Amino acid sequence: MVSSFKEALESGKFVVTSEVAPPKGINLEKMRHHIELLKDKVDAMNVTDHQSSVMRFPSLGGVLMVKEMGGEPILQMTCRDRNRLALQADLLFAASRGVHNVLCLTGDSVVLGDHREAKGVFDLDSSQLLAAIRRLEKGKDLGGNDLDGSVSFCAGAIVTPEANPIEPQLIKFEKKIEAGAEFIQTQAVYDLDNFKKFMDYARKFPVKILAGIILLTSAPMARFMNKNVAGVNVPQELIDEMASAPKGRALEKGIEIAGRMVKRIRDEKMCDGVHIMAIGREELVPDIISAAGLS
Amino acid sequence: MIRSITRQKSEEEVDRLLDGSGRVFIIGCGTCTTLTRTGGEPEVRAMKGRLTDQGKLVTGEMVLPVACDNITGEALEEYSHQIDQADALLIMTCAFGVQTIARQLKKIVVPALDTLFIGKENGVGTFDEICTQCGTCILGETGGICPVTSCHKGLVNGPCGGTNNGKCEIDPEKDCAWTLIYNRLKELDRLDSVRILQKPRNHQGEPSPGKFKF
Repeated sequence: MVSSFKEALESGKFVVTSEVAPPKGINLEKMRHHIELLKDKVDAMNVTDHQSSVMRFPSLGGVLMVKEMGGEPILQMTCRDRNRLALQADLLFAASRGVHNVLCLTGDSVVLGDHREAKGVFDLDSSQLLAAIRRLEKGKDLGGNDLDGSVSFCAGAIVTPEANPIEPQLIKFEKKIEAGAEFIQTQAVYDLDNFKKFMDYARKFPVKILAGIILLTSAPMARFMNKNVAGVNVPQELIDEMASAPKGRALEKGIEIAGRMVKRIRDEKMCDGVHIMAIGREELVPDIISAAGLS
Repeated sequence: MIRSITRQKSEEEVDRLLDGSGRVFIIGCGTCTTLTRTGGEPEVRAMKGRLTDQGKLVTGEMVLPVACDNITGEALEEYSHQIDQADALLIMTCAFGVQTIARQLKKIVVPALDTLFIGKENGVGTFDEICTQCGTCILGETGGICPVTSCHKGLVNGPCGGTNNGKCEIDPEKDCAWTLIYNRLKELDRLDSVRILQKPRNHQGEPSPGKFKF
């Protein structure tokens, strides 16, 4: 069965994805609200997997909720918490429930999260997880045994176009495509001229690229990301523009900037779509989509 | 030369482990823990002073030449009288030494150190973990730099997204193994070897616990 997200990717339309984050606990109201707001505005929404190594409600549970509510989910899977048996089992379970889109990630280190003494698994890495998915689709597990019943997935991965140094990142990017990635959601990009250069390279590969857009909420937040988030580079002029917003209006400015970037990416046909991340402020994603003139 | 790298346990933990043991015999090691200054003569003397100040009776102390050696049993015999008087042995060697001693004597052993890794000395007092004895060596494909050990996540197919300016996401003092590997192979014009998609690793190269006999 082909997922509607895969159809959107293959249709040639400008694809928009976003994400929702499961809560810490079982109060799912906020996530339910975000899914409700987004399900008809985006082509698919990622459900994050213990984001930043912070233990939460599972992404598998979140994607089922998206599905139940009529949305199109993308299951984020990191290799940090499960070995190859558990990863394959969860993929089988996802497929059995009609969840076919998977974003394969290595995962942040446990020492950055809220269970700092936990064992980081990393039995597989993101490219090996992609290869495992393609193998399951061929009816075999990683042990070489036959599977009863067939599965199919639309599998993707990430890349950091602003990584420094970039070359090792690009080697990994090419391996992910070789392993079977059909789509790539990028780490946040802000310098679109730089991103265009990345796309001049990436366009040569048979993969759909969705540019990562992270909503800037304030000038200090932008500076914080520059200092603390690997591969994120907010240019000074954007920080100045955020700082120029009247008091209490920074968020509006951030939405305007994000919308402007999405519009430019689309107008100039830089890549195949965008992945909009609002990091806890998912209710603002429809405003970014409107600001981009997409709704 | 490879060395067993150790760190002293906190005083609180040592005190807890020695709770109820009024008489203690202290054993250091003249090799690795002397070099790392965690269990050589000065550290053994300092430990004796601290325990004595607490009101414990230190029945004796010694620094074995090589605590993990098979002749350790004979070396311990020379001190058998003082060891017999002790309720517990406080051992300032690595865990290899602790276990070698525990096999020789019917006494409770209390490690004063945590054993961190087998390290390669890089300059005086500096040790790096460069091999974790995984049993499935891939150094031939990574320019002689081990990503299983030198990458915090043990990744064999390239860097994760957390690397930044050639450093690791967990500590800006740690180099990103994949930046090092990339630079080395570029210099050797052999980047082709890391373009190959590595299969999932065999984590059972030698199922733990390792055993060897020729």
